[in-house]
Amino acid sequence: MIIYGVALLSICTLAGLFIGDLLGVLLGVPSNVGGVGIAMILLIFGGNWLARRGLLAAKTEQGIEFWSAIYIPIVVAMAAQQNVVGALSSGPMAILAGLLAVGLSFAMVPVLDRLGRQDAAVEKKPHEPGSAAQSVASVQR
Amino acid sequence: MITETLTKVLTGYGLISGFAVIGATMWLSYWMSAKFTRGRLHGSAIAILLGLLLSYLGGLHTGGQKGLADIPLLSGIGILGGAMLRDFAIIATAFGVNPKELKRAGVSGVIALAFGVFVSFIAGVSVALVFGYTDAVSLTTIGAGAVTYIVGPVTGAALGASSEVMALSIAAGLIKAMAVMVVTPFVAPLIGLNNPRSAVIFGGLMGTSSGVAAGLAATDPKLVPYGCLTAAFYTALGCLLGPSLLYFMMRGLFG
Repeated sequence: MIIYGVALLSICTLAGLFIGDLLGVLLGVPSNVGGVGIAMILLIFGGNWLARRGLLAAKTEQGIEFWSAIYIPIVVAMAAQQNVVGALSSGPMAILAGLLAVGLSFAMVPVLDRLGRQDAAVEKKPHEPGSAAQSVASVQR
Repeated sequence: MITETLTKVLTGYGLISGFAVIGATMWLSYWMSAKFTRGRLHGSAIAILLGLLLSYLGGLHTGGQKGLADIPLLSGIGILGGAMLRDFAIIATAFGVNPKELKRAGVSGVIALAFGVFVSFIAGVSVALVFGYTDAVSLTTIGAGAVTYIVGPVTGAALGASSEVMALSIAAGLIKAMAVMVVTPFVAPLIGLNNPRSAVIFGGLMGTSSGVAAGLAATDPKLVPYGCLTAAFYTALGCLLGPSLLYFMMRGLFG
């Protein structure tokens, strides 16, 4: 049933946000610590675990896939309620600070990408058996 | 009588009206993408640009802070694009993620997160210095705003920054989020943003959840979950570092 998928997604979302809020309290940070990320990890590994046991029917998957597919329109709705006027009318300093942060961050993407790839090439050999087992698991899925 | 009844239905069923308005926007955007750019500029990129433009017009019209969602007839867009459904849909995109790809990119993501907070912070601080700010509290708050528009006010409130500096830090973060939304699809080919690993790094470096979510959606929807996963930890890391390590660094440098 489609609702099983929606419910699974809801449980992962609530659990992730709950853990993120708890982490925030523990660390003394006034924000949720990676709740969305934790929820995504729960869904990835939880979904994989269920799929391997054959507990994830096609109808169940549809309940998750619908929300995944409606994601772009939701992001457009999000864009339509940003405080664009407020941001643009705050003067050149804020605009420059934001743009410079974005520019530098973009420039760092290829740098870190290259850095990590060299590490991966060095580390690859000892991990060979593990990654082979994982690819079998993902083929089954 | 007809307008009155129509208004009642549209506002009473706000979320449903939101679906209709956003659906029409999507259709128009994909039509424009095919007709005028021959699909070179992705439909979703145009839709996000249209969304920001409409938000600007809405903000001018109402004087509010929530763009189009401040117009009563369109308040449903506020629900559709609000934090609850946004997080729900972002998490749903994780369903297509390959755990193997994720494990391979994991370490790079953590490194990118640490770099990302520092790079944006330094950018914000440098601009603030150029504009004549010299005290550690203001510099830290504006730098934190360039991290994200949540880290800025959180840091400023903890350090006791003036409300003017807080407003500037929020604005810097908003500009960052919007710039990431708009620029990402154009810059993506130049920085090799076309695979899960670079998307994880991108999410960790940019960090603004809304910017990363929209920027990747306009570039390649398959990359969305990888970027959003690391970006989810960015604001928290910024809130952790802003009033502590970053402030101590600034106080050491500028007294």
